[in-house]
Amino acid sequence: MKRIGVFVCHCGINIANTVDVDRVVEELRKDPRITHAQSYIYMCSDPGQELVRDTIKNEKLDAVVVAACSPSLHELTFRQASAEAGLNPYQCEIANIREQCSWVHEDRERATAKAVKIIKSIVAKTYLNESLEPIRVPINRRAMVIGGGIAGIQASLDIANSGYEVVLVEREPSIGGHMAQLSETFPTLDCSQCILTPKMVEVGKHPRIKLMTYSEVEEVSGYVGNFTVKIRRKAPSVDWATCTGCGECMEKCPVKVPSEFNRGLDDRGAIYVPFPQAVPNKPVIDRDNCVYYRTGKCKLCESTCEVGSIRFDQEDEIVEEEVGAIVVATGYETLPLQRIAEYGGGEVPDVIDGLAFERLLSASGPTVGEVRRPSDGKVPKEVVFVQCAGSRDPERYQPYCSRICCMYTTKHAMLYKHRVHDGQPYIFYIDVRTGGKGYEEFYHRAEEEEGVVYLKGKVASIFRDGDQTVVWGTDSLAGRNVEIRADLVVLATAVVPGTGVQDLAKKLKIQTGENGFLNEAHPKLRPVESITAGFYLAGCGQSPRDIPDTVAQASGAASKVTALFSKDEMEQDPMIAAVDEDVCGGCRVCISVCPYDAREYDEEEEIAVVNEALCEGCGACVAACPCGATQQSNLTDRQILEMITASLGEE
Amino acid sequence: MFEPKIVCFVCKWCTSAGADLAGTSRLKYSPNGINLRFMCSSRVDPEHIMWAFRQGADGVLVGGCHPGDCHYQDGNYRTQTRMALLRRVLDQLGIESSRLRLEWISAAEGKKFAEVMDNFSEELRKKGPLSLASKEMTV
Ligand SMILES: Cc1cc2nc3c(=O)[nH]c(=O)nc-3n(C[C@H](O)[C@H](O)[C@H](O)COP(=O)(O)OP(=O)(O)OC[C@H]3O[C@@H](n4cnc5c(N)ncnc54)[C@H](O)[C@@H]3O)c2cc1C
Ligand code: FES
Repeated sequence: MKRIGVFVCHCGINIANTVDVDRVVEELRKDPRITHAQSYIYMCSDPGQELVRDTIKNEKLDAVVVAACSPSLHELTFRQASAEAGLNPYQCEIANIREQCSWVHEDRERATAKAVKIIKSIVAKTYLNESLEPIRVPINRRAMVIGGGIAGIQASLDIANSGYEVVLVEREPSIGGHMAQLSETFPTLDCSQCILTPKMVEVGKHPRIKLMTYSEVEEVSGYVGNFTVKIRRKAPSVDWATCTGCGECMEKCPVKVPSEFNRGLDDRGAIYVPFPQAVPNKPVIDRDNCVYYRTGKCKLCESTCEVGSIRFDQEDEIVEEEVGAIVVATGYETLPLQRIAEYGGGEVPDVIDGLAFERLLSASGPTVGEVRRPSDGKVPKEVVFVQCAGSRDPERYQPYCSRICCMYTTKHAMLYKHRVHDGQPYIFYIDVRTGGKGYEEFYHRAEEEEGVVYLKGKVASIFRDGDQTVVWGTDSLAGRNVEIRADLVVLATAVVPGTGVQDLAKKLKIQTGENGFLNEAHPKLRPVESITAGFYLAGCGQSPRDIPDTVAQASGAASKVTALFSKDEMEQDPMIAAVDEDVCGGCRVCISVCPYDAREYDEEEEIAVVNEALCEGCGACVAACPCGATQQSNLTDRQILEMITASLGEE
Repeated sequence: MFEPKIVCFVCKWCTSAGADLAGTSRLKYSPNGINLRFMCSSRVDPEHIMWAFRQGADGVLVGGCHPGDCHYQDGNYRTQTRMALLRRVLDQLGIESSRLRLEWISAAEGKKFAEVMDNFSEELRKKGPLSLASKEMTV
């Protein structure tokens, strides 16, 4: 008979307050299948683990059940402790009597009875557990980073500089992300381009970084340590290998469409490089707007190109990369102006968003750093900044705080004053949030030394009157309504997850939260990992944050990747599908339900077999198998039936 | 008062994690269900559910990830199909098919887990125990 020991944790008072631990132990001792039962105040503590190890040895236990908190917290701890005492780690199981019992019930009597049932159902399973060996799989020590903003750039450089190869996949023609659009950065006001471009160049030149811009992930298969990623390399319609990046073609292109990079404040051609410092500095043809693709005539760029690099017939290419870990750094977008109709978004020409204002302030922007308003190019003398445009508004827009707007609006107002000395900036705000090193000081400087007027209150509406833009709002501290006839209005639009992030998350099988941002494995203790093994998170794709936080997180994610790569092979849980060859009739239902192509038909034996490296252990084929030939290791049908019976108790 | 017994088959990635969140958020709900944690809702075989009813369950909850969010791509769609078929069988056997519940509860939905448990327990309390006659059936 198998000798099972059960260890019930008090978790201080966390379990013991609602579950009568002594009674639980008493009940367990009556069960003939349980050899040993005892409780302890903190099972996960050193002495607690020591107790488990000693008892395994003294009582010659074959298996243990620890009744404590969720297995997601301490399953590993106790499996390790059991292994140290000479037990096969898969003979150790956790019964969750905290999150799923003591914390959620109040009736001590019923909670105690429920805890006993939970434990007995796990004991029933454990009784039939087999000793298993983890499946060892080699780790492909190559990483992929998706998204080439500052987060992706930093993660790529950190991993590559630790000696591993990196494939950096960026959707746009150039890396750089939003940071490339910024003028100067709070709270130090250093020039964004000046600190970013050297890093972009380093990525472009790095011998261990394979840069794939204008590319998107199509499909991901495999598992941690061994992913295969299909990438669509969109046809730039230019042979980048021979293109010298001289820019002649862009001069000749007759097309003018609003430049995305400059937020529509000026135009670009159909053949274009998004911005002068782009990496790689090679153009792409925007086929939707190119005259040749639309009418079959033009080809001005082709006739200008001295090296003959234009390729109208170039096709998208699908390439495959094998990597062991993937960092997702897809960043953010801002709520489109058009969505905020009551503020004249998309209607009133002199209502712009924060990123457009960055471009107006930028020395490399469309106005060479002079603040000129879009409608008529005049220098605005009164500028109103509106914070929380679309943030902290659960009824109509995003419920959360976008976190960076208080600081960048303060920066905007200050930089505006530096450019237009006789100008007057006003800021409408709900609260000013300055949680960051040097941030509060920065805000005080704006208010006290730079003459920025802060108005606490919401803006009700914004509309155009003549050549002015009228802002109606409230000044709640003064208790009155205010009307400002402004020359320019800048909305701090909400930071939202990028378009396509949901799609990408589905392909990668990683989770997103309520607001569409990527979810971390644990909000406090595992902030840079996804719950799905092998995926790491960096930057604003996870939630809005500023550059220092983005960079810190990117380095965190990179070090997680290099920690994974420090091992030769990885151990995977062996609780996967297994086939009883004598029972299998070769019907192949399992092959049709397997999401991972892990079930194969063995022509010779005429049975369906399991590819252990590919099986993820979901159990779908086990449930589908009509004759019970396929079972899941340590979660067989027999175990499940026993668990059900035990969970229903005697009576 | 009659207290129904509920067997809950919950997937590790979503519903069990949602139940854990209900715990960390200290939500309170009715203690009628015992969670059996599987990797995916698609591991649940109709046979397990029939067995649960035979062994004295008054209700069975199958909890998985929302459609499209299954950790194993499309496991929960299979679960959905299997449960729909099983419901018809249950009706024929004289077990009200509403004693079997399928719920999509994500890792972020601790509140939903608690609400489902309360609501299902209450519904079963009103229905009363599963009648013995139907427990005679063979699986
Ligand atoms: C108006 C404004 C002013 C700001 N000013 C400051 C400041 O002064 N100081 C400061 O610290 N912070 C500032 N910020 C915040 C700063 O912009 C962010 O912290 C930083 O840019 C985040 O970098 P990221 O790499 O996470 O995201 P991003 O810069 O958004 O980069 C993400 C990259 O991923 C790519 N991508 C997206 N989806 C995919 C996909 N599916 N496949 C491949 N690639 C993809 C995108 O094309 C992009 O290149 C400001 C923000 C705004 C809006
Ligand atoms: S993992 Fe939750 S339903 Fe498949």
